[in-house]
Amino acid sequence: MTMSWTGLALSIGMAVAAGLVGCFAVMRRMALASDAMSHVALPGIGLALVLHLHPALGGLAALLVGTLLIWGLERQTRISTETLIGVVFSLALAVGSMLATGDELVDALLGAPGTLEPWELALGLAGAAAVAVFVLTQRSRLVIALVSSDIARTTGIPVARLELLYLLAFSLTVALGLRYLGVLLMGSLVIIPAATAKHLARSLDGMFAIAVAVAVSATLAGEVLAASIHRPTGPVIIAIAAALFLASLLARRR
Amino acid sequence: MPNALEVEQLTVRLGGTVILRDLGFTVPTGSALAVIGPNGAGKTVLFRALIGALPYQGSVRWAPGTRIGYVPQKLDIERDLPITGRDFLRAKTSVTGTPGHDADRALELVNLPPAVAAQPVGTLSGGQFQRLLLAFALMGRPTVLLFDEPTAGVDEPGEERLYEMIRRVQQAEGLTLLLISHELSVVYRHANNVLCLSRDRPTLGPPEEILTPERIEQVYGAPLKYHHH
Repeated sequence: MTMSWTGLALSIGMAVAAGLVGCFAVMRRMALASDAMSHVALPGIGLALVLHLHPALGGLAALLVGTLLIWGLERQTRISTETLIGVVFSLALAVGSMLATGDELVDALLGAPGTLEPWELALGLAGAAAVAVFVLTQRSRLVIALVSSDIARTTGIPVARLELLYLLAFSLTVALGLRYLGVLLMGSLVIIPAATAKHLARSLDGMFAIAVAVAVSATLAGEVLAASIHRPTGPVIIAIAAALFLASLLARRR
Repeated sequence: MPNALEVEQLTVRLGGTVILRDLGFTVPTGSALAVIGPNGAGKTVLFRALIGALPYQGSVRWAPGTRIGYVPQKLDIERDLPITGRDFLRAKTSVTGTPGHDADRALELVNLPPAVAAQPVGTLSGGQFQRLLLAFALMGRPTVLLFDEPTAGVDEPGEERLYEMIRRVQQAEGLTLLLISHELSVVYRHANNVLCLSRDRPTLGPPEEILTPERIEQVYGAPLKYHHH
């Protein structure tokens, strides 16, 4: 497997987006929920394969629909987000496994970086930039809503809209990583670097910086290592990220 | 408008249960209203309806140009959140466009040393965190302050200081104050009016009318200890 500059640019973009979006996922205690949330891409990928469309687009479409569904159900009913995600995304995994089978299913679950078309690169970089811009420009609103949604309301922040935009940014990030990490592992690249950063950082800027650094270095090191030991990229990336997390536990213990 | 707030026929339901029914009261500008009542009477629900966080029937009218500062009941904050007090206050300056020195002024008003504000919020004591939330609420010069259980999570000496501080800030800033409290002696001293929420009929009036031993026993189901000064 050889690495191309375009592939490199896209994986850095994806890792930056994952690091940033993950900070708020971890601080909002939605670590497990976000892992499950990435599973919703599967039926979309399956459907896209059946219809001979690009799998990533199918995955993205399913993620967006799933996000709107969760957001809408949460506002209409009084069921907790955790419960909704548990039901909706397990269903997604089940439906997806029925639609995609064999090698296709393994690729969708674990990721399979192939060659990149120019439009895929452009779309991917635009998506990563959109997520990074969203998190960095909305960080103040996200911080206030994180501390208390009622305080956010009295500060003039449209809390429900902000929530929806955050979930959409999250879904977009997961979609960006599908080709490398697949449905099962992309949630981990969002959560593990941010969890590492939360453990080490003492301020918000520090957390952003550490999360992005861990996500980017795990992704790059993972790609290089996976190519040299002839293993699939996704699991290697996550193993490196997890190793950095464990190292951070030791580093903090003074 | 001589009143900062006018509430008429306010009804709030939560999951099919009526929590507040046909509640009506007014709060004159610059006055202090204390909301009391047993647990489950709907005090926090009332505040959340007033700020538009809960759907309700009836009318809630704030005076034109009202800016609300809201200090919620004890928040469930993770101890290891890497957000400093400064991060939190800076978030407000960036969202509302208030000048940066407004944060320093607010910290001074609530007696929170800058070194404490520089620490992660999860490491602050209950009293320090309450003061940080109050500082946040006071930024941007609010006209009304809503304060839910100011002394929850604060030890007794800290409690008295916190109330003194709230009163000082209210006078200095000319604020209208709405306060939920269990501290009846404090309510007696600081509030112009008391709104007592209870299972049967809510009552509104000056403290000396509402806080009679008979009425307290009737509402809380037990004689409550409090002392006049």
